[in-house]
Amino acid sequence: MTRTLTLTVNRQSHRIAVAPETTLLHVLRNDLALNGPKYGCGLGECGACTVLVDGLAARACVLPVAAVVGHEVTTLEGLATAEGLDPVQVAFIEEQAAQCGYCLNGMIMSVRALLNHDPHPSKQAIRAALEHNLCRCGTHVEILKAAYRAAGHDDEGECV
Amino acid sequence: MRTLTDISQDSSRTRRGVDRQASGGAGAAHPHESAIKHVTGRASYIDDIVAPADAVHIALGLSPVAHGRLTRLDLEKVKAAPGVVDVITIVDVPGHTDIGPVFPGDPIFVDDEISYVGQCLFAVAAESHKAARLAVKQAIVEIDEQPASLDPVAAAERGEFVRPTHVQESGDWQQVLDGAPHVLEREQFVGGQEHFYLEGQACLVTPTEDEGVVVYTSNQHPSETQKLVAEVLNIPFHAVTVEMRRMGGGFGGKETQASPWACIAAIIARRTGRTTRIRLPRAEDMRVTGKRHPFHNRYRLGFDDQGILLGGDITVIGDCGYSPDLSEAIVDRAMFHADNAYSLGQVRVTGHRAKTHTASNTAFRGFGGPQGMMIIEAAMDDIARQVGEDPLTVRKRNLYRAGRDVTHYGQKVEQLELLHDIVMQLEAKSDYWARRRAITEFNANSPIIKKGLALTPVKFGISFTAKHLNQAGALLHVYTDGSVMINHGGTEMGQGLHTKVCQVVARELGLDLERVRITATRTDKVPNTSPTAASSGADLNGQAARDAATQIRERLFDFAAAHFFKDQGGLDREGMRLENGELVAGEGESAHRIPWGELVQAAYMSRISLSAKGFYSTPLIHYDRQTAKGRPFYYYAHGAAVSEVSVDTLSGEYQVTRVDILHDVGDSLNPAIDIGQVEGGFIQGMGWLTSEELKWNEAGRLVSDGPATYKIPTFGDLPPVFNVELMQGHPNSQASIYRSKAVGEPPFMLGMSVWSALRDALSSLTGYRECPRLDTPATPERVLMAAEALRRRQATATAVEETSDDLA
Repeated sequence: MTRTLTLTVNRQSHRIAVAPETTLLHVLRNDLALNGPKYGCGLGECGACTVLVDGLAARACVLPVAAVVGHEVTTLEGLATAEGLDPVQVAFIEEQAAQCGYCLNGMIMSVRALLNHDPHPSKQAIRAALEHNLCRCGTHVEILKAAYRAAGHDDEGECV
Repeated sequence: MRTLTDISQDSSRTRRGVDRQASGGAGAAHPHESAIKHVTGRASYIDDIVAPADAVHIALGLSPVAHGRLTRLDLEKVKAAPGVVDVITIVDVPGHTDIGPVFPGDPIFVDDEISYVGQCLFAVAAESHKAARLAVKQAIVEIDEQPASLDPVAAAERGEFVRPTHVQESGDWQQVLDGAPHVLEREQFVGGQEHFYLEGQACLVTPTEDEGVVVYTSNQHPSETQKLVAEVLNIPFHAVTVEMRRMGGGFGGKETQASPWACIAAIIARRTGRTTRIRLPRAEDMRVTGKRHPFHNRYRLGFDDQGILLGGDITVIGDCGYSPDLSEAIVDRAMFHADNAYSLGQVRVTGHRAKTHTASNTAFRGFGGPQGMMIIEAAMDDIARQVGEDPLTVRKRNLYRAGRDVTHYGQKVEQLELLHDIVMQLEAKSDYWARRRAITEFNANSPIIKKGLALTPVKFGISFTAKHLNQAGALLHVYTDGSVMINHGGTEMGQGLHTKVCQVVARELGLDLERVRITATRTDKVPNTSPTAASSGADLNGQAARDAATQIRERLFDFAAAHFFKDQGGLDREGMRLENGELVAGEGESAHRIPWGELVQAAYMSRISLSAKGFYSTPLIHYDRQTAKGRPFYYYAHGAAVSEVSVDTLSGEYQVTRVDILHDVGDSLNPAIDIGQVEGGFIQGMGWLTSEELKWNEAGRLVSDGPATYKIPTFGDLPPVFNVELMQGHPNSQASIYRSKAVGEPPFMLGMSVWSALRDALSSLTGYRECPRLDTPATPERVLMAAEALRRRQATATAVEETSDDLA
């Protein structure tokens, strides 16, 4: 049954008529035209759909939209500000951390979520934060380098 | 146009976010052409394309059984379900109903016979994806179920093949085997692999104002999809336009198997007159599409006391699934690579294409080559144990060398020095022998944890073995602001092809990379293209783009020589060049320089064409199937990897602790992209041989149908030490694009070093006297079972020895 829900996405308020069990991913992509988050597996297992809910990483493909009412949702499109790209996005460009690019939304949002509560995480913490995001191209080395760079590990030490 | 744009203020400068890179011609490590779009979410994939509000969504009705006859398909309730717009079965197909890409055998929908779980019975179009999926469940399906053939070895014994058997023979292999001092006889099972492209199969079709369609598809072969859609709709090819901007991964899984969804969506789009969208749910995607072929390999190989191969008899059985698809060429490629980097001697190689009741297995990075190579890499380890040498020593002795440099299909291996250099340099860089000693010592003192080390080389043939596919086209436009559009037949799936092609054009025209933009692959821009496959994307399309750019350059030189500085006798045509955004004529201080924009505008005003189409076809290649001899490959790409593993022999769990790679890309077109391909190929190859296990139940239903049950490598699987280098100083011996080499597939096979290292660790349980059979994927379960088997044999052997001692 359709209900009218008020969502806060990327600092903007939206009123949407939708069945409350509809996934957040569906609403973001189909109703709000926010295509940063991707459909990968639909099971919350690959991470391609990751968004931030109150700054924490969440999997939009298994989250009912009603669950985020009253919370701040941020998508990849909401990371950049008037001053420019988020430092995590810049780090991913600088490290050339994309092959096909489809997993990148999840990687960037997961790193952003980690940095939100720990601006200088250890390399181990970064690897742990990304462990459940899948990348099929095998771009793991560059993605890790980008995450390390965003977290301020600029040293040339071993990459992994 | 009536007036030209003002080019005095050059606008092609700094873009958002990152500094502009200095000149990015070929050879430079310029970032991916979509880098900024990737990180901001503006890179558009198929499911991101905005469709009209009245677009319809497709869901598929799939067979629940592997083999049988469809006796009843009642779709009345489906048609009556809420939101349903259209329902189609095979009787609704206006044209061809068989969409086999090379050979017939792939019905678009089941007519009578059902051949696998997941085969398409019907399609539903509805106002929403959810409505379509709910409607599918209303179907009444009755099937006369029959026993499914799921064992390819049994199928081969019964002569059930999707294509005829092919045999390659060199010399009197039988006599060699009879006279060989040692003979090794083994068999192995090499598992398949799910592509798991992160973006699943997806397609959007819009009807056009005439009888045609525009197809947006995540697809490695737009021209073939154009053909199949036209044939299914029974319309001319020119009424179908296929567009492909980028894929979220392909890996071979979208070479032939992206077409069925386009065909189905096109039929619906024509019937309803509405834009039609299809995107397979992940579990369906994994069930309905084919995978890398599992192989059953058997081999008898004769060798001398030094472990050098004399000859033998090799048989490969590819599990093709229910239809031919690309299996003829895939099993051929397994046969072509049964030697990997080693001279086999006098040998017979036989390839069977077994038919089973599973999805039709298809292209996957390496295209059968990896499955073929597993034979000889297994044999190298086995022979080493038998002659009591380190496996690396035996591998080096068997590498192609002068006097032993012709393959079993008659092609000469040209870059022998390169092959040996790679192995020797990597041996030194990875400190192989010191680590070997340390590991042997460690294992002697560690009863449970065993370490293993292995170096495996790669020699991979580059070219489509279907000769006619080795061609490419490109279309280059120069606009009057000086900006350049390049379009070509290749598709971008993350391999960096578009970036490389832009670099080629920038280099030929002496322009900054910012001036060159690539546009989506479209069948109405460059026609009759080949799939982006066989690692050949940059080789073929790079050359075609270069051809187009060269034509423009020469045309502009001719124009400039006649047009500029007429009063001074014109410009010297001979020494002209394009560099740093200028045409330069003459040398030193007397050189004349004409800015690119000015040159282009002058040419336009003088009615000179600023557009060119380029073409390329690979020279030299041929293969005669009757004699099974020829030169199917333009050249070989090489590489080698050293992997070290640490195995818990009581649980079977293991870690890959260090990997060193040295890989040959000739003179690299883009080192950053190539390194990424090498790393990614290795990781995917490692996944194939270790954690990625496909499981079917007894009824032929795939049960590993999602990321929770099918494990691809993740960050935790990355080796803590991972050194990757490109081989320097060996340009391609053939005149490939700037003497570079293809890089898509070859590094995939570097993953074999991990599997060989696991066998090395296990072999230590026997004092390196035996090497266990280790089928793949070598999951912890398989490693544990191999360890247990070795321990049991050791115990028996020890008991026998003790008994003998007693008797003595």
